[in-house]
Amino acid sequence: MLKFDLVVVGGGPAGMAAALRARDCGIKDIIILERAETLGGILEQCIHTGFGLHYFGEELSGPEYAARFIELVEEQKIEYKTDTMVTDISEDKIVTAVNKEDGLLKIQAKAVILAMGCRERPRGALSIAGTRGSGIMTAGTAQKYVNMDGYMPGKKIVILGSGDIGLIMARRMTLEGAEVKMVCELMPYSGGLTRNIVQCLDDFGIPLYLSTTVIATHGTTRLEGVTIAQVDDKLQPIPGTEKYVECDTLMLSVGLIPENELTKNIGISMDRITNGAVVNEMRQTDHEGIFACGNVLHVHDLVDYVTIEAQTAGEGAAKYILGQQVKDPVYVNVTTGNGVRYTVPQMVNIKSKDDIKIYFRVGQIYKNSKVVLTCAGKVVSAKKKVKLAPGEMENVIIPDEILATLKETDEIKVEVAEV
Amino acid sequence: MTERNMTCVACPLGCQLTVTLDGDEIISVVGNTCKRGDAYARSEISCPTRSLTTTVKCEGGLHPVVPVKSSVPVPKDKLLECMKVINSVTVKAPVFVGQVIIHNILGTDAHIVATNNN
Repeated sequence: MLKFDLVVVGGGPAGMAAALRARDCGIKDIIILERAETLGGILEQCIHTGFGLHYFGEELSGPEYAARFIELVEEQKIEYKTDTMVTDISEDKIVTAVNKEDGLLKIQAKAVILAMGCRERPRGALSIAGTRGSGIMTAGTAQKYVNMDGYMPGKKIVILGSGDIGLIMARRMTLEGAEVKMVCELMPYSGGLTRNIVQCLDDFGIPLYLSTTVIATHGTTRLEGVTIAQVDDKLQPIPGTEKYVECDTLMLSVGLIPENELTKNIGISMDRITNGAVVNEMRQTDHEGIFACGNVLHVHDLVDYVTIEAQTAGEGAAKYILGQQVKDPVYVNVTTGNGVRYTVPQMVNIKSKDDIKIYFRVGQIYKNSKVVLTCAGKVVSAKKKVKLAPGEMENVIIPDEILATLKETDEIKVEVAEV
Repeated sequence: MTERNMTCVACPLGCQLTVTLDGDEIISVVGNTCKRGDAYARSEISCPTRSLTTTVKCEGGLHPVVPVKSSVPVPKDKLLECMKVINSVTVKAPVFVGQVIIHNILGTDAHIVATNNN
């Protein structure tokens, strides 16, 4: 059996940043295991710009952002294996993986970082009635066809779901000469970033129909059209609002699901809202020495935040390996109040000596509201926000001096309030 | 005096900007949280530009296309024209990040550069 201090599962932005930070913190013996043929993860097919504004202070495309980390991984001589699929992680941190070269690999790790990312919700999860002609695919699949394989999957496009990938693909297909007829969104608001609605739809006059969904697909060998309908406030189609739209391609951008099969097999506690692990401020799961970061933990809006979170996990794993973790931690749960869907981390060690940043998402759009952080019944901060949207991650900071005053029985709460 | 509302797209924060105009003259920009927002609002009023990212056909590489971007934003109304020029080009591998594929496209002062190796 191979032995490594740290095994990182996934070589996308999260895995690379975590490995690099662990190396900076003094861990020499690290291996990254990546399923695809290159490092970089999903960034390799995200050829649009907008990455790195926070982290690098400049606007990069996905491959450029990834390249900066791949270069550092090479420079730091961090070991990695591509085309390598992790099939199991045991509770005592034995990582099982397969690839063509080594066959079956078993690696005993001192610490494991889970950085497997997420995948798109498929059509099967939507139960759309109708025939199964070709031309129905997730927006990410279409993105790979166009941006990496140089292949246009259709000419007349309807996009269901206004998540960022859907919006980005609306622009991409338009630039390549396809007619994007519309983007339909089930919810009364878009799940995508505002900038993408402006730049990808408004710029090209592509209509966004809110509270609208696709209820049927038509065409036997190839998609010929879809039926759309408006939905009521219970998200049920409203009879009489059906409309037929001719198209040869239906792209689905209906959400991302953290890829947590490995995590669940270990028996790690999961958060039902994020579909990721429950973690503390160092992104450690309830299994000591097993950390999670990036989209496998919760779906991020910006890769910059993935990088920052992964660095926290990398540092946490390094401290664990080196025996430098805070001894006898005392955890207080972070609870979600009005308007807040989830927080990451879900619990914090009140013996931590640093400020702790709590990331969260809201459940609906709020205008001119404030984000209130309450610790032990006292309001710590109430930050005014012009706009809060479900598509965008927000954060609030617990100052270290407040943390030091808390007891085990106290509560930390994040909520949205009227100004 | 007129007011124009817009969403800043200089970064993913998407600040809501309000530009106050006196005729064609910009009196003030508010709502931005960084100086990029101010610059965005001013250029959006006078000459809106957009970064262009797409792919160029590439022979002999790992992938049949290589991703590219405009080195600086191009005028919004020239995006589709630029696409025609870019789609008429085929490059030969190897291509490296930062390599100029098309120099000064359509006289916009933007170069089309590769954003990945292939």
